[in-house]
Amino acid sequence: MKIPYYPGCTLHERALDFDMASRECANALGVELEELPVWTCCGAVFPLTTDSVMDILAGVRNLAYASRMGDKVVTLCSFCYNVLKRSNKVIREDEEKREKANLFLKADTDERAEMESYLEQDYVGQVEVLHYIEMLRDVVGFDKVAKSLKTSLKGLRVAPYYGCMLLRPKKEMEFDDPERPTIFEDFLETLGCDVVDFPMKAECCGGFQIVRDEETAIACSQTVLSSAIKRDADLIITTCPLCLYNLDRKQKEMAKRVKGFTKIPVIYFTQLLGIALGIDEEHLDFSDNYVDPRPVLAGKKLV
Amino acid sequence: MRLRLSTDSIRNASIERVEDLSGQALSSCYQCGRCSAGCPVVDEMDLIPNEVIRLLQFGQIKKVLRSKTIWICASCMQCSARCPKGVEFSSICDALRAMVLRMRLATPAVDAGNLSRVMVSKAPQMGVVSALRKLLNG
Repeated sequence: MKIPYYPGCTLHERALDFDMASRECANALGVELEELPVWTCCGAVFPLTTDSVMDILAGVRNLAYASRMGDKVVTLCSFCYNVLKRSNKVIREDEEKREKANLFLKADTDERAEMESYLEQDYVGQVEVLHYIEMLRDVVGFDKVAKSLKTSLKGLRVAPYYGCMLLRPKKEMEFDDPERPTIFEDFLETLGCDVVDFPMKAECCGGFQIVRDEETAIACSQTVLSSAIKRDADLIITTCPLCLYNLDRKQKEMAKRVKGFTKIPVIYFTQLLGIALGIDEEHLDFSDNYVDPRPVLAGKKLV
Repeated sequence: MRLRLSTDSIRNASIERVEDLSGQALSSCYQCGRCSAGCPVVDEMDLIPNEVIRLLQFGQIKKVLRSKTIWICASCMQCSARCPKGVEFSSICDALRAMVLRMRLATPAVDAGNLSRVMVSKAPQMGVVSALRKLLNG
């Protein structure tokens, strides 16, 4: 089964480990992630000001590219997922913005003749935006995932970190309950892990504030990590490269600031899935992680 | 805080602009403070989220546009998720930043030409792009 796939900039360059692990897992589950032949950055943020049509164009353009390949598009980065899903909703529900956006897309097509055929019809929101975890649950099925497992993760205490962008705003994302989400818990139970519930699982890691002021973001990330550590988690999983950057890479700074700071590995959820599916460690690539997850995994005889 | 109020100053063009740009009805807020209680970066703010809304309800646009708060919001939308009246403070923040940037009322909180080397070479692109779009692009 082939499913159109939008990687986004970060998975195309700085989070290649996430891209590779996710493709490998999909293959092992009989799904081929078919990367869109043409795509651009989604813009990374959905504009919260009401007068922005230009600011949703990048997202809409990518959805229009996807519409040529099928009725679904799968993505992994939670920023991309948030932007694509919200932009899609605008196109479906706001007639004025839909018309304006399509006029832009047509002008765009004329200038770039090689893409002339990508918009034979208007983009009206016909593509369904799926997160990879939704694909696992709704397209592949968690029961099939369970049957494909090669290694038991029993005894591994995993804390699922959702962050912000998958969940909020609820009425637009329609992903899960924003206060008590459960999709990653269900996924982890499928893998046989001991699921660690922790109060900060849907709190902010500081996000893009890391660029303006590291202190702001580090304080947020540290709150999230401490909450998972207090619940005796062995590791944390995420689906957001920016969360991973703030939560993992910044532990170096946290260790300098806080006496007795306990480090905890943070990995992508498909890297953990890869272990359970028996995929070679080199295809999961933990070399970029600041806090190496391998000692914890080796302790449970998983690598 | 002492404010001198008049019927003219409470409802002015700038306040209407905030409502238009954010799509939020400021008068819906009844000051329960759940936005501020749930905000992960509230400790750094000079005006906490419900104070910003209160000042806007009283027409005090200048105080709000000068505040650090609008640059500190990380758009995590926890405030919006918890508001019993459906007011999205993150959208109000975006609108206020847009007003400052479009009218060039202040120096933006980040300098695109002066990002740290680590940020440019190591941070995920989504982080840099989102920061620049949120904090520089009105």
